[in-house]
Parts: sequence; structure tokens; C-alpha cells
Amino acid sequence: MSSIAPTIAAATALEESEVYRLREDFPILREQMGGHPLVYLDSAATAQRPVQVLDAEREFLTHLNAAVHRGAHTLAAEATEVFEQARETVAGFIGARPDEVVWTSNATEALNLVAYALSNASAGRGGPEADRFRLGPGDEIVATEMEHHANLIPWQELAARTGATLRIIHLDDEGALRLGEAAEVIGERTRLVAFAHVSNVLGTVNPVEHLVSLAHAAGALVVLDACQSAPHRPLEVKALGVDFAAFSGHKMLGPNGIGVLYGRAELLNALPPFLTGGSMITTVTLERAEFLPAPQRFEAGTQKVSQAIALAEAVRYLQRVGLERIEARESQLAVRLHSGVASLPGIRVLGPGLGVERAGLVSVVVDGVHAHDVGQYLDDAGIAVRVGHHCAQPLHRRYGVTATTRASTYLYTTEAEVDAFLERLAGVRGFFGAAS
Amino acid sequence: MSDLADLYRDVVLDHARTPHGFGLRDGAAAESHQLNPTCGDEVTVRLHLGPEGAIEGISWEGHGCAISQSSASILADLAPGDSPEQLRSRIAGFRAMMRSRGEVEGDEALLGDAVVFQSASRYVARVKCAMLAWVAVEDALLKLG
Ligand SMILES: Cc1ncc(COP(=O)(O)O)c(C=O)c1O
Repeated sequence: MSSIAPTIAAATALEESEVYRLREDFPILREQMGGHPLVYLDSAATAQRPVQVLDAEREFLTHLNAAVHRGAHTLAAEATEVFEQARETVAGFIGARPDEVVWTSNATEALNLVAYALSNASAGRGGPEADRFRLGPGDEIVATEMEHHANLIPWQELAARTGATLRIIHLDDEGALRLGEAAEVIGERTRLVAFAHVSNVLGTVNPVEHLVSLAHAAGALVVLDACQSAPHRPLEVKALGVDFAAFSGHKMLGPNGIGVLYGRAELLNALPPFLTGGSMITTVTLERAEFLPAPQRFEAGTQKVSQAIALAEAVRYLQRVGLERIEARESQLAVRLHSGVASLPGIRVLGPGLGVERAGLVSVVVDGVHAHDVGQYLDDAGIAVRVGHHCAQPLHRRYGVTATTRASTYLYTTEAEVDAFLERLAGVRGFFGAAS
Repeated sequence: MSDLADLYRDVVLDHARTPHGFGLRDGAAAESHQLNPTCGDEVTVRLHLGPEGAIEGISWEGHGCAISQSSASILADLAPGDSPEQLRSRIAGFRAMMRSRGEVEGDEALLGDAVVFQSASRYVARVKCAMLAWVAVEDALLKLG
């Protein structure tokens, strides 16, 4: 695999003053919570939306709304055009071709789409073209211990349906995948390797190209969970060499209910469909149906039109700010968060140590205080963080905890917000009588 | 009193730090395990009966937030000496208070220290924490027949 990733000249990080200007676009960030200004540090769960995105959806619904790919009237033709333009925008955002972008409801559905298409191939669907996708006993699917449940359970279920075996690459103590183990686990029997680009709990950035080369050397497909990368850093699917990638609109300034599956055109066109019905067929008889090529093959039923259009607006917003600049900014915030927490006694951060690349989030364990109580204490000061297992129970089990408290940043997060979090966190053990 | 201080009264924090009835004992008449899937909190409770069929005690184990741990501990203090029927009516009273979003004041004769969780009932996300052990005991009572 020769991937000539362009060497990005170290982008200048977004500056604090620019962040304050961007915040003007996000009305919700002016909300008060119980008398305190909202400090929103839960963007890894869902991001807030700028007025441009809210307006784009209303604009479309006000002037252009119609059924896409279904009508002959002018409005339908125009709606179809902007819908397809949205696909082009999102394709351009990840360096893919438009026909390689499939709309889904969210990343979870995108990942399940791949799993069920493979499952259908394994059940004999898809004709001879799909032969290479058939899984059965003796075949292996590889996932990792750090996965969000959305990138783990679909593979557990696929293995159970086909008789294939699910194998796992485990984590080390620093929140990194064990690459030596990866080299042993990924082998002749491996048919598919699924992993996250960035961990939603640890903030670890995985070596995608290295894992892709292991998988491709074994003839396996690669599925990348890009939920925590697409919103925060440049994502070039061709340069990375992945076969599939999934992400959700709501984590990248876009609406709920829209997600994206990227798949290499050649693969998408050879896979049998997952959901079937209207809008994805050529000829239907009472006995059987012929399917359209991708992406329509995977877009059965009425689509999420206004959401797709608003997502394209979110993408343009991110592009205007610049993904490299967002990444550089969030990496600074990550250091501020991490070193700030590291200086607090009795509180530890899961994942990479200081000095190792980390996405803009920290998940912390407070000695003697349960994450739920930590979250409540922060909430009382208007600070919104996520508590719990963050849909990654095996990961938490690996580090001997059931729940953590996660603070996560985005392009609108200020240094003052990070500091407010740190300051409040410093008082949590005292409040609960856990500081000795 | 601030909302936070109201939620985490000393009695709550004291019970959370040194929970009563903690540690499963042998010889239970019924047992139940309950899990809160949103946060991963878990509790296992055992009902121990005296010679007359009254509750001799509750032993339990689990992990979770201060609210779930203290409410299990307070329940373990309340139950001994109850008939299964009396314990059921305490649980019903507790549930009514917890579902009231802060509107229903608990009856102290029935709920003892558990009346402090009236403040938790205002936080929808915390109701399940407070209810966890009570639901487990209710389930164990059902198993008694
Ligand atoms: C790493 C990762 N994968 C998958 C998902 C699932 O995304 P969604 O719930 O939008 O389908 C999330 C978000 O919760 C995530 O952080």
C-alpha cells in the first residue's frame, strides 16, 4: 500500500479569539443552566449546531421540499439536485467519489449495513459477484477491545449468524492497541478488520495505515469507525486505504438522523443490499427484483433529505474553519485538559500519557467518587459532561472500572471552559469526603 | 440549602461511605440481581427470613453512585422485622415519592431516612439510581411467593 498522504504543514491552531467569534454561530452556547452559563463539554456524544446548519434545513423545507428520485415535477427535480449535491459535498469532504457515499441514519446503521450485506452474501444472496464476501466457519472477523458497542456487536452478531469467529486485538495499559498482537491475530483466515480511527473514551488515535496494511496483506476488508475523527480532523479515506468508513452527522455540527457509510465503489456494487424496498430497484416482478448500483442500492425507502442537506452545510462550515486548524486547536485543548487533570490528586485519566497524541477528550476516574456523582457535581455548576460507560463496556472492564466521567471538546470550546471544568473537578473529592 | 447539598445530605454520604447490610450472607430465602444499563450500576440483594416468616435482614452487594449505595443501605436498615407485606408497602411508598418529581413528600414513619431521596426524585436521571436496590428487593419478595 503506497499512501502518499500530503504532508500537512503544521496548521496554525484556531485561536481563542476566533473561537469566541465562532461561538456567536451557536445560540445554545449562550444558555444558562441553573444560573450558570452552560459549559458544554459533551461534543463527543453530540455536537451543537450553528445557525447556518439550522437555517439550511429550514431553507430547503421552505422552498424546495419534495420527494427525491421519485417525481417528475420541477420541485422534485430541484430537490433531487440539491440532495445529490449534498452527497458530492460530503464525498469531497472525505476524498471519495459521490457514488461511494451512502446515506444512513447514523454510524450505527452504517456499520450494521456492512454487517448485514456481508451476512446476506453469506446466505447466498448477491450472485457470483458476492462470492468473495461469503463468510463461514473457519473465517475470522477482527475487532478491538476499545470499540464503541456500535462497532462490536454487529460483528459479534455477524459471526454468530455465519459461523465465523470473532477475534479481538486487546489494549495495553496506555490505551493503545497491542500492535504485536494485531500482527498475530490478523492472518490468513481474517476476512474483515473493524476498528475506530479515534477512541471515544481514551482519545487514542489509532495507526490506521498500519492496520490497513496488515489487513490488506491478509486479503481482509477494513471497516473504519470514523465517528470521532470525521468531525475533528482531516479524513482522507483513499489516502488511509480503508474499504469502508462510518460516521454520524450529529457529531459534526449536523442533524440527528443522518449518517454516512463510505465504501469503495467496487465493493458496494458487488454487495447485496441490506434494506430492500422502494427507490433501490430497477425491475420488480412478483417473484424477484433487480437492484440499482450503489449508492441507491443501499438507500431503500424515503430518504433523510433535509438532514443530508443540512449535513452538507455542516461540512462546508467545517471546511471554512479548516479541519487542520480544528485538529491543532483541539490537540492543544487536550493537553490543557490532560495536564490539568493530571495535577489533581486522586484523579486519573484513562488512555495515552501526556506527550502522546490524543483527541480533545479525557475520561477520568475519581478515587472514591462514582462517575455519576462527579457528573452531578459538575452539572450543578452548569458543566455538561458524559458519565457512564460511553457504550464501551469491554474497554471499561479492561481498566477495571464500570464508569468514567468524560469531558470532550470541539471547535467552539474555550480555554476558559476547560479551566472551569478543571477548577470544579478539583473540588469533587472534597465535597464527597473522598479526599483524605 | 443548595440543590447539590440537598441531593447529597450528610445521611446520604454517610450511608454511601459505610453502607449497612453490605456483604452477601448465606442462607437467603430469595435473591435478586438488578442492573441499570445506562450507567452499569449493579446490585445483588438477598432476603433473610426469621422463624415467623418476617424479614430478619437484607444483605447486599453492588457498586454504583452515592445515591444508589446509600438507598440500598437505608433500605437494609428499614427492613428487619417487617412482614413481606409491610416491606412491599414501604417499597410502594418509596416508588410513589420517587416518581413524583419532588412533589410527594415521603412518609417518614414508612420510609425513615429514605425520605431524603425526595430531592433525588427531581432529577429524572437519578430516580433509577435511588430505586435500584428497592426494585431488587421487590423482585426478591416476588420470588418468595
Ligand atoms: C466511536 C463511536 N462509534 C460509534 C458511535 C455511534 O454513533 P451513533 O450513535 O450516532 O450511531 C459513536 C457515538 O456514540 C462513537 O463515538
